[in-house]
Amino acid sequence: MEALLAIAVGVLTACGVFLILRARTFPVLLGLTLLSYAVNLFLFASGRLRLDAPPLIRAGATYTDPLPQALVLTAIVIGFGMTAYLAMLALRGLAESGADHVDAREEP
Amino acid sequence: MNAHAPILPLLIPFAAALLQMACSRLACQRLIGLSAATLLVLITAWLTVLADDGQLRVYALGNWPAPFGIVLVVDRLAAAMTLLTAILGFTSLLYASSGFDERGLHFHPLFQLQLFGLTGAFLTGDLFNLFVFFEVMLLASYTLLAHGGGLARTRAGISYVVLNLVGSALFLIALGLLYGTLGTLNLADLAHRLTLPGHDPALARLACALLIGVFALKAGLLPLSFWLPHTYTAAGAPVAALFAIMTKVGIVSILRLQTIALAPAMPDLLGHWLTTLALATVVFAALGVVAAVRLRALAAWLTLLSAGTLLVTPAQANAQVDAAAIYYLVQSTLAGAAFFLLAGVIAGQRGRAADQLMAGPPPQATWLKVAFLVLATTLAGLPPFSGFVGKLMLLTTLREVSAGPAIWAVLLAAGFVVMIALARDGCYLVWKHRATTREEPAEAIAWQRATATLLLVAAGPLLAVVARPLSDYAERAARQLHAPGTYVNAVLGPGRTNDRREATP
Repeated sequence: MEALLAIAVGVLTACGVFLILRARTFPVLLGLTLLSYAVNLFLFASGRLRLDAPPLIRAGATYTDPLPQALVLTAIVIGFGMTAYLAMLALRGLAESGADHVDAREEP
Repeated sequence: MNAHAPILPLLIPFAAALLQMACSRLACQRLIGLSAATLLVLITAWLTVLADDGQLRVYALGNWPAPFGIVLVVDRLAAAMTLLTAILGFTSLLYASSGFDERGLHFHPLFQLQLFGLTGAFLTGDLFNLFVFFEVMLLASYTLLAHGGGLARTRAGISYVVLNLVGSALFLIALGLLYGTLGTLNLADLAHRLTLPGHDPALARLACALLIGVFALKAGLLPLSFWLPHTYTAAGAPVAALFAIMTKVGIVSILRLQTIALAPAMPDLLGHWLTTLALATVVFAALGVVAAVRLRALAAWLTLLSAGTLLVTPAQANAQVDAAAIYYLVQSTLAGAAFFLLAGVIAGQRGRAADQLMAGPPPQATWLKVAFLVLATTLAGLPPFSGFVGKLMLLTTLREVSAGPAIWAVLLAAGFVVMIALARDGCYLVWKHRATTREEPAEAIAWQRATATLLLVAAGPLLAVVARPLSDYAERAARQLHAPGTYVNAVLGPGRTNDRREATP
């Protein structure tokens, strides 16, 4: 499972970085989303991977670390808000400049 | 009351933002905003005096003890930084209340949320909480940057938001690495566990290097600073004045991480690369100052210059240098913010020439010319104002460090270049008139704008007058910062009972 998760994080990060380096706002937005998926998976793994264990501490029962789950939740909320704002900003750039270039400039 | 003092600088702006969202009339929002900002100045001034007894005030949020819950830690540096934030917040808000806030919706609640994020970032003692406050600060800054509209702001906004989102992703990766390696995100606990064996030192080192990288992005260290000049140029005058402290959040975070966690565990992490890059930033910014064609761009480059100068200091790991850095930080932030406000006022006086550095109608009011002279003297680091005192302290203390000669050469050369550029730009503004008669009469300067600008400009001479007590305070703050053991003990130590939590199964 560790190898699978590591490959998933790696592929998502690579795709995210590739898309962020594009010159149009839409691929950049998608790239940021992929990057934040990768980061969330990575954060989740920082508490170690355990199967069939609830994030609740009870005497005698196996449990998984609840903190990374709380961190991931916070990160998801913040990332979601930021991405929504960036989408609005990109639309405004498109409306104002007539191009969806990241520099809000028309093609030369 | 004293026990709850550390949370007040967070509660005041947050409560004000909520109130302002509830009542949407502009006059009402202005009243709430200005009263909250005044209250914040008073409270943080009180906190600064309170913190001067040398005791670390640890405030456990929700009364959860330190390694498990989130703590706010007030030391001299944190208290002084919140006071600086409050002063900048008050003056910028006063300036904005004369009409800038009418150009878009929700200016006032966002402004208070920005103050909330800034004070939180200075006070928190937990790294994930620092991330959250960074995001609060950044979210507010994204919208404040776009306030007023226009293609230039949208253009600057897109690159600023994308860059900071990537920065946030890196911040989270660093936090995940730290938690996976050390099992804690509390700064004091982290510093404690870094010194213990039993963790993977290479991973911990990588995580700390990533954190420094993220803070350097906020501070504007050279390969990561190309976003800063055009973003600050595009922002409206009061917003840019408040942004002047945002680079300092990165610098203070680096300083804190370095003194508390890195100096005992991995003192060689910052090494010489940080100093070299900081000096490169100074050279880059000095060239930008010469090349600037607008007054606001000039102010943005000067902000970058002061950030570069300050970034020279963390790698020295020297309490004397850091004391000088704290004084320099306070005076350069106030002077930089004053320059943004002054540029805004002057732009309103010159008709179509606005703040471009070309021949145009000179500003009518004499006080504007005097203010420009005082401010230019402060920013160029010439006697007798606070810029000179700050630079003198910095250079004196940096004489003994190993990279001393290089730092001296670069800082003095940059100061000389800045002096020439400011003298040239002053000539354009005051003496070079356009031959044709002026088309439209200059608009009257609103009293809010004049007061806010004069207050910040007056900080230059004032900080030079009170340089002695202020530098003494900075020295005590730096000594407190360079005693990481005290910090760790105050946050985790036996003084704070955590039996109650451990007793419950």
